[in-house]
Amino acid sequence: MSEATNGKVNSAAAVLTRKDFTSDQEVRWCPGCGDYSILAQTQKVMPDLGVPREKIVFVSGIGCSSRFPYYMQTYGFHTIHGRAPAIATGLKASRPDLMVWVITGDGDALSIGGNHILHVLRRNVDVKIVLFNNRIYGLTKGQYSPTSELGKKVKSAPMGVPDAPLSPLSVAIGAEATFVARTVDTDTKHLVATLERAAAHKGTAFVEVYQNCNIYNDRAFAYMTERSVRDDRTLYLQHGEPMRFGKEHQRGIRLRGLDPEVVTIGEDGISEEDLLRHDEHRPEGTLAYLLSRLDYPEFPVPVGVLRDVQRPTYDGLLEEQEAQAQQRHGTGDLDALFNQGDTWVVG
Amino acid sequence: MTSQDTLDKPVEELESVVIRLAGDSGDGMQLTGGQFTRTTALFGNDISTLPDFPAEIRAPAGSLPGVSSFQLNFSSHDIFTPGDAPNVLVAMNPAALKVHLDDLEDGGILVVNTDAFSKTNLHKAGYTNNPLGDGTLSKYRAFKVPITSLNAKALDGLDMTQRQTDRSKNFWALGLLYWLYNRPLEASLRFLEERFKESNPTVYEANKRALRAGYNYGDTTEIFTTAYRVRKAHLPDGTYRNMTGAEATAMGFVTGARLHRKSIFYTAYPITPASEVLHEIVHYKHFGVKTFQAEDEIAAVSAAIGASFGGNLGLTCTSGPGVALKSEAINLAHMVELPLVIADIQRAGPSTGMPTKTEQGDLLQCMFGRNSDSACAIIAPATPGDCFYMAIETFRLAVKFMTPVFFLSDGYLGNGAEPWRVPSASDLERYGVVHPTDPDDFAAYRRDPETLARPWAVPGTPGLEHRIGGLEKADITGNVSYDPRNHELMTKLRNEKIERIANDIPLQEVYGDPEGKLLVLSWGSTYGAVISAVDKLREQGESVSHAHLRYLNPLPKNLEDILQRFDTVLIPELNLGQLRLLIRARFLIDAVGFPKVQGLPFKVSEIIEKCEELLG
Repeated sequence: MSEATNGKVNSAAAVLTRKDFTSDQEVRWCPGCGDYSILAQTQKVMPDLGVPREKIVFVSGIGCSSRFPYYMQTYGFHTIHGRAPAIATGLKASRPDLMVWVITGDGDALSIGGNHILHVLRRNVDVKIVLFNNRIYGLTKGQYSPTSELGKKVKSAPMGVPDAPLSPLSVAIGAEATFVARTVDTDTKHLVATLERAAAHKGTAFVEVYQNCNIYNDRAFAYMTERSVRDDRTLYLQHGEPMRFGKEHQRGIRLRGLDPEVVTIGEDGISEEDLLRHDEHRPEGTLAYLLSRLDYPEFPVPVGVLRDVQRPTYDGLLEEQEAQAQQRHGTGDLDALFNQGDTWVVG
Repeated sequence: MTSQDTLDKPVEELESVVIRLAGDSGDGMQLTGGQFTRTTALFGNDISTLPDFPAEIRAPAGSLPGVSSFQLNFSSHDIFTPGDAPNVLVAMNPAALKVHLDDLEDGGILVVNTDAFSKTNLHKAGYTNNPLGDGTLSKYRAFKVPITSLNAKALDGLDMTQRQTDRSKNFWALGLLYWLYNRPLEASLRFLEERFKESNPTVYEANKRALRAGYNYGDTTEIFTTAYRVRKAHLPDGTYRNMTGAEATAMGFVTGARLHRKSIFYTAYPITPASEVLHEIVHYKHFGVKTFQAEDEIAAVSAAIGASFGGNLGLTCTSGPGVALKSEAINLAHMVELPLVIADIQRAGPSTGMPTKTEQGDLLQCMFGRNSDSACAIIAPATPGDCFYMAIETFRLAVKFMTPVFFLSDGYLGNGAEPWRVPSASDLERYGVVHPTDPDDFAAYRRDPETLARPWAVPGTPGLEHRIGGLEKADITGNVSYDPRNHELMTKLRNEKIERIANDIPLQEVYGDPEGKLLVLSWGSTYGAVISAVDKLREQGESVSHAHLRYLNPLPKNLEDILQRFDTVLIPELNLGQLRLLIRARFLIDAVGFPKVQGLPFKVSEIIEKCEELLG
């Protein structure tokens, strides 16, 4: 990683605090919205990244989540619906010295911006994408989104949603993402740790945040966030560790053939050795994809880093090509350009 | 290797010649045309070209839709168009003959490849009788040459299949044309050497032999009694090169960026005919050009806007359907007031239309194709070589006025070629770009009092952290604002900024008298046909003048005054009257339209006839 990468510098910048990343604009999300927590944790993480404030840019699309950049005291660009990944690609590819974050939602990223999400991931542009998934269109007042559950009754589908939902994590892994993680708005510690991991990743980082919309889709994730059931319904992924969950850590995930299953340690002679062991760095996305399919009620919901692998970034490859071209042809001489090929003289 | 002295046959002097080569889209007509052009330009003639090819890469062989052609006008004097009716037609098969014969002037030279006139090919072209024998060709000086078999004979002994051998027949025909018009073979031999000598020695040898065989055939056979010569043109002194519009456009953008000490971020999604520019500019990475082949048109323009936010020159190149897809993002650039260049290489529409054919149908789309009041600057190059200078101009205006600017070219300009006088880099004006750095004196929407441009503060500048976006901005601060009066003020400011560009562009010039009976008002690629027509009419003593617009929004400040000085204003356009609509709406002048939407440029004769009709 070069010195300038992601805006990181070695010189000790003045010590900044969360307050230094808070803009003077009044935050206008509905009281009780999960977005407040994500904003607060992001502002908390920023001072520790070692990146000067002026080198950080937040780019967003359209939707409740996309108001985010206005509240960050960094450079920010609130763009148009679905296009934030493309705008961020142009920014990062032309300014590799910047650290670029993309703030998006389930409708913005997976419906109108589905194409751009696919391609920013496969190119591995070095941007950090945070997708606020509330399984609903909030800003437009309650239509179903591409992550809304089949059959759910909402304003735009009073007889039930007829579209099958998709899993943002499965999409990301299918699109060759190099870093894929999930966290939850109410679990602030886990949220901070996940954002820090995303920031440290070289390449596209894709983070899905389960986020509660208390107006149009309240308690959408209560099945796994309620304190009383959280431990039994959440699988905290830890690299190198067996996949155990439950209040007493007594349950686990085992693979039978190609199918995962929930087992209890100590029953039927099952020991920890029989459990799947998490490996974020597997070159193939098979394990990460399998984890992305685990869902309530059959399985606990995995949170944490599903996948973290390295491959060349798009912006890095463009830089290399430019350097190679300059090595071969110099830094560009206009007169040589004008006179290239066959010329003839008149007079 | 050839000059007049070595020719065994009499040479007739001509002022200018229009040649059209026509064959199957797999026959290599575009390559042959390009070779003839290059040789002829190097020889010192003035040239103008018109490639015309089907959208299908390989339409069914021998069919009418599969015919591809290349027209070249070369001359000993100034020319501005590829010519109306060809003086010479080379038809490589019956379909090519069928499609193009009507255009050939009476008494014109026709070279036909008789080998291709098989029963099947005649049937495919819709001929019931063989036109070679039924009197169809009696109006012309027809030369019936068995090109395929003569070419095969020349390549005898090479390790090639018949199919491979036949691929060289275009070079055989090229050789024949070189003899007929007294051209040297060197440039094409050099081309073959560069292209094939190492990579494919057999193909190199085959094409070399074919070229020479065609040439020698002309020299030795009895059927051609005369060769022709077109003397060098009297062009202004200087170094020249042959330049297509696409090359000039790419080179102009690279130059424009360098003159601003900026890097280009060039974005595109593959689309005909705009991809030609992409294929050029990818070779200029050492000039600091980054290219992004996007997943779609919207991503392309979006990425360009992202690059502009970062302080680079965001540039996206497309054609009409692509502009339609980019509209929302272009309006974002209008709203956040960032420099952005949208190059629209227009093609025949609507919808997919005729992708390889030319048209000027996007003027109103570029003027108005966005939600709400959102003016953008529009400029249009006049000739292939002018694409270079107008590309520089788009960057200048985009940066100085912090706005999207359309560069409105078309397929005819992009694919056409002309001799281009090579400028000296030191003669080109340099442009300073100011990025603010002082946090105490910064407001994201505090405008330059003269241009109304807002400051271009780029990420990485300490203390200038600010947010922009598509929501309405408060004047000066740029914070989100729903204040009704502010919205009206900002809407007016954004549009007045575009109006003020008129203070920064040249006044409109008039060719001919400053007043009179008829003014022909044109824009874009119709320049050549219109100036040629006006020239001819003026030679005949008619009261006709010409004003050619290179700036379409805003229009030059003196245009209204010019229009008022003529009894009649005629606006020929390759659309149903888009500039005419703007001129009538803006100046309440009853301009007469002359629309043409056939996917083809105007002929000089068409403009002349229309003018004569109006002059009475």
